[in-house]
Amino acid sequence: MSNSTDTYAVPGVGAGLLDVYRRRYLLKLIVRKELRVRYRGSVLGLAWSYVKPLVQYVVLFFALGIVLRVGDQIPNYALYMFSGVIVINFFSEAFSNATRSIVSNAALVKKIYLPRELFPVASVWVAAVHFLPQLIVLLAAALLSGWHPDISQLFGALLGFVIVAVTATGLGLLAGAINVFFRDAENIVDMLMMIVTWTSPVLYDWTMIRRLAAPWVLTIYQLNPITVAVELFHWAFWYPTVNQPVELPPHLLITGFIGLGMAALFLVIGQIVFRRLEGHFAQEV
Amino acid sequence: MGAAVIVKGLKKTFNLRHSHSLKETLVWLVKGRKGELTKKFDALHDVSFEIQPGETVALLGFNGSGKSTLLKLISGVILPDQGTVRTKGRVAGLIEVGAGFHPDLSGRENVYLNAAILGMSEQEIQDKFDDIVAFSEIEQFIDTEVKFYSSGMFLRLAFAVAVHTQPDIFLVDEILAVGDEPFQRKCLAKIKQLSDEGRTLVVVSHDLDMIARICDRGVVLSSGTVQFEGPADQAVAWLRERN
Repeated sequence: MSNSTDTYAVPGVGAGLLDVYRRRYLLKLIVRKELRVRYRGSVLGLAWSYVKPLVQYVVLFFALGIVLRVGDQIPNYALYMFSGVIVINFFSEAFSNATRSIVSNAALVKKIYLPRELFPVASVWVAAVHFLPQLIVLLAAALLSGWHPDISQLFGALLGFVIVAVTATGLGLLAGAINVFFRDAENIVDMLMMIVTWTSPVLYDWTMIRRLAAPWVLTIYQLNPITVAVELFHWAFWYPTVNQPVELPPHLLITGFIGLGMAALFLVIGQIVFRRLEGHFAQEV
Repeated sequence: MGAAVIVKGLKKTFNLRHSHSLKETLVWLVKGRKGELTKKFDALHDVSFEIQPGETVALLGFNGSGKSTLLKLISGVILPDQGTVRTKGRVAGLIEVGAGFHPDLSGRENVYLNAAILGMSEQEIQDKFDDIVAFSEIEQFIDTEVKFYSSGMFLRLAFAVAVHTQPDIFLVDEILAVGDEPFQRKCLAKIKQLSDEGRTLVVVSHDLDMIARICDRGVVLSSGTVQFEGPADQAVAWLRERN
């Protein structure tokens, strides 16, 4: 769709994510619609986005921190775990909803042309809205444990958030496009989301991997953008509250920028595949 | 000033059987791609024509002749397998009334969402909002969720949004059968007005009398090819002869 009246446009061929930026007002309305529809007829409404992670967190903390005593090796384990868990929650909600987004908006995709990238991007925004209350709880918990971050740590947290959002958008575009043709994609993604908590140092710490695995395995492990984001969150929210010496992964900020590069790569791949397949969405979905 | 819509050598093929399972496809690949995975069907074949700015053109034909496919190609919902479509200016495609409506949102929220989907900016929607509601004549229910609307109310609101989006090219599929007699008259008057303002209209309908009344030109399709092109009343007569 073009507003220019003197040049010809090719219908159905847009500028991809750039069109999403151009039509950000529509993006805002779609995000609002998703949130409104998600909590229709529910008494607690948005409060569910506090309740669900809280229950999950309590279970994990009880099982790992108290029964299995993982926390004995990690000081202030409750905060350590929570700062990682919210990163994983954000990622898995954004990624799995983005994967379903094209299929679940089939009615629109079939009838009206609009930049289809809007749907995965909106899913990531909705996940970010749900992330916010969890971040507030994390901040409160950190403050109670005597949190005093410096500016670079706060920047690290922001970097971590951006890495997760970009990775989820890229992978969401990829899986969302494939899901139109093979509904297997959403099951594969669900399966990956069960694994992702364990392939990053959320419930344990990275030194445990270093003890067990070969150096090259550790390198691959640490290149995972989600691992990078989790470590950045540990650095920002947990590390400043710890009084005893703990070993953080080396070169956190450099790894952070490498993680951002990986995320950008996912975004480029996702966008390319999405554009390749987009022309067949309306007839296949 | 050139044509508003240029369609050249258009071909569109659909798969008749859709395989949505990875397993089936893998089996097919492993067996050395024996046979076609899906059967093909030519919905459109070598279709070419031009529409001038300000023209009101009807796409005619019996069910399955490819009218709606052609409209979807012009709106960009689907892409051609061969040939090209070029459009000039803002296109609003109404392939189905209220396609962008969500039953759980109120009338007001749906107006905003649907108008934005059809390409209006926030400012334009705010300026037009009162006109849209007035046109639909459902002021009283505008903050009620759309799922509680009667089908007539729903169609009125959806149509009201569509005609207020001010597109340069307006694609309409089978939606003129909206509401009761007085409202239908109002819709036709509005369409006439859009056309008088110099907007291009492409209409798909089975209501041949109405087409003969409001359209300048008709393009008759049959089994995916253009069979007749000419003044609307002649196109309608041509189609009736073969009925």
